[in-house]
Amino acid sequence: MGKEKIIKGIPAAPGICIGKAYVKGKETLQIKPRRISKEEVSKEILRLEEALSLTREEILELKKKIAQEMGEDHAQIFDAHLLFLEDRAFIEDIINKVKKEKVNVEYALQESVKKYINIFSKIEDEYLRERTYDFQDVGKRILKNMLKQKKAKEELFEKSIIIAHDLSPSETASLKKDKILGFVTDIGGRTSHTAIIARSLGIPAVVGTQIATQEIKTGDELIIDGSKGEVIVNPTQKTLEEYKKERERRKRLIKKYSFTKKLIPTTLDGKEIKILANIEFPEEISQVLDVGAQGIGLYRTEYFYMNRVSLPSEEEQYRAYKEVARRLQPLPVTIRTLDLGGDKFLSPIRVPTEIQSFLGQRAIRFCLAHPEVFKTQLRAILRAALEGNLKVMYPMISGVEELIEANKILEEAKKELKKQNKRFKEDLKVGVMIEVPSAALISDILAKYADFFSIGTNDLIQYSLAVDRADEKVAYLYEPAHPAVLRLIKNVIDAAHSMNIEVSMCGEMASEPIFIFLLIGMGLDELSMPPSLIPKAKLLIRSISYKEAHEVFKKVSGFSSPKEVEDYCIKELRKILKEKYEELAI
Amino acid sequence: MIKIEEKIKIKNPLGLHARPAAQFVKKALEFNSQILIKKDDQILDAKSIMNILSLGLEKDSQIVLILEGPDAKEALKELKKILESEDG
Repeated sequence: MGKEKIIKGIPAAPGICIGKAYVKGKETLQIKPRRISKEEVSKEILRLEEALSLTREEILELKKKIAQEMGEDHAQIFDAHLLFLEDRAFIEDIINKVKKEKVNVEYALQESVKKYINIFSKIEDEYLRERTYDFQDVGKRILKNMLKQKKAKEELFEKSIIIAHDLSPSETASLKKDKILGFVTDIGGRTSHTAIIARSLGIPAVVGTQIATQEIKTGDELIIDGSKGEVIVNPTQKTLEEYKKERERRKRLIKKYSFTKKLIPTTLDGKEIKILANIEFPEEISQVLDVGAQGIGLYRTEYFYMNRVSLPSEEEQYRAYKEVARRLQPLPVTIRTLDLGGDKFLSPIRVPTEIQSFLGQRAIRFCLAHPEVFKTQLRAILRAALEGNLKVMYPMISGVEELIEANKILEEAKKELKKQNKRFKEDLKVGVMIEVPSAALISDILAKYADFFSIGTNDLIQYSLAVDRADEKVAYLYEPAHPAVLRLIKNVIDAAHSMNIEVSMCGEMASEPIFIFLLIGMGLDELSMPPSLIPKAKLLIRSISYKEAHEVFKKVSGFSSPKEVEDYCIKELRKILKEKYEELAI
Repeated sequence: MIKIEEKIKIKNPLGLHARPAAQFVKKALEFNSQILIKKDDQILDAKSIMNILSLGLEKDSQIVLILEGPDAKEALKELKKILESEDG
């Protein structure tokens, strides 16, 4: 037993698991060149052909298996594998080497794979880098088949935590799902293949640790905290006990609050508030239904566009949106259109550059500049809306022209569908995400062209206060209770109400107890938050009254600093909740 | 036999990476004509995904397609569609 050690990574799928590590081998076979005679050349080429056709069968089989287990979309990645496998330049390159250099075919293959990887690595493109793994994967398979190695089906004899540099789709396909407790990888982000698999299996995963395969050995005792993104290697008895307790506590908590599923969040004086869920992946739907959310207030769609070979097609998006709409039916689902842009596009690993493009061509700006990309998504949403209660929402609107232009493109999308004789929802409800201060100030104008608003507080606060929350030196300036922020929010709520359109909030502020209290007092009647926070939010709302909250709001409107506002809200909420304060508001 | 050479500017926002590249190669493979792709001083067989990817074609890259064979005209029309699509 070594010493306890903590490895940090990216939290990719929540939950805690405790178990033994199984480190997947890197399988770096090194083939040495062997001289062959002129007569052997044709034999070597025949061996190549045999290996290629065996590999082809293998890949087709995997593709079928993945399609059954996880759906057609996940299986499409193998199309790229097949294209590599059948590539003329690649095959000719190998054959030429065998013929000219008179070397064994295994060596020729290895060198050819190296050559192309070297060429690809010179191209500055995240996307292509991902494909390099696929190509390597194909190369390995061909080599194995040449060496007549039986494809060692990796047998996990006991339940284990899988540690790998990265898991390719074909690698995960060859693992027995019921033997996996969790995943830890060296590379990858929240949208990597491993992360998606983990979430859909409901097991924890930590990705992007950089060093997991170097630091962890098969058989090491591990704890994975998928919510924090931590891996604890060789935990002490004390740590082990703590985590076991924590795991139990979470289980109990879920049980304890399961009764809230059917509760409707109504204030003590009878004002009905709606609580909806924010989701990023369709895999989260079951949790949304489990906590009894009243719909999905924010369905982020960036996931579709990241970590993949290509832009998602209309059909692929249609199938996903349709699934979400159907499962939530009759509850509403608000789909936010693509909120990526510039250099963030299709590059999952470079997310930190987001900061640079905060004021750049992102979200609706990107979509308006690439109307075809935008229209593809809109057509998918329009069609899927027939299957349930779907709405669409544009992010980052800063002025009325953008909204009018976006609506115009929506009309074009409808026309195109009509031409193709495809059915769609004519009167799809259109919303604006209010997250730029200018939009908050002209919300009365925007309301003329929209059916609803959703206030995105994270960006609204950052833009209003000119503070980048990720910058530790200025993060203290990020104040949801800043009087300027409260005035902007109040302005949006009032404009929406006077124009008779719905308004909700989907930023983090909407899930913090003291602000829920204050926002209800401001007249907000719809909140959207991560599913896990919904049970307590329901109980909180059922313990307060609109009248009291409104009094508190009136009082804090006269305050001049964020601290005064917060302190007063805490004081009042404590008075109201009494002994329940610790449980519901912290 | 028809032989055509045509200069084309890539308009796809993603350049000719990944899916557009795969689409292009799959389409090229459907034709009998010989299809070559020329970028700067490199001329390569366009029916290979490895060749296309290794050229690293970005949006606005200039290339020349050289087609020779019975269905060269039709091939050019179809391939141009993919290269000039602005739809990713």
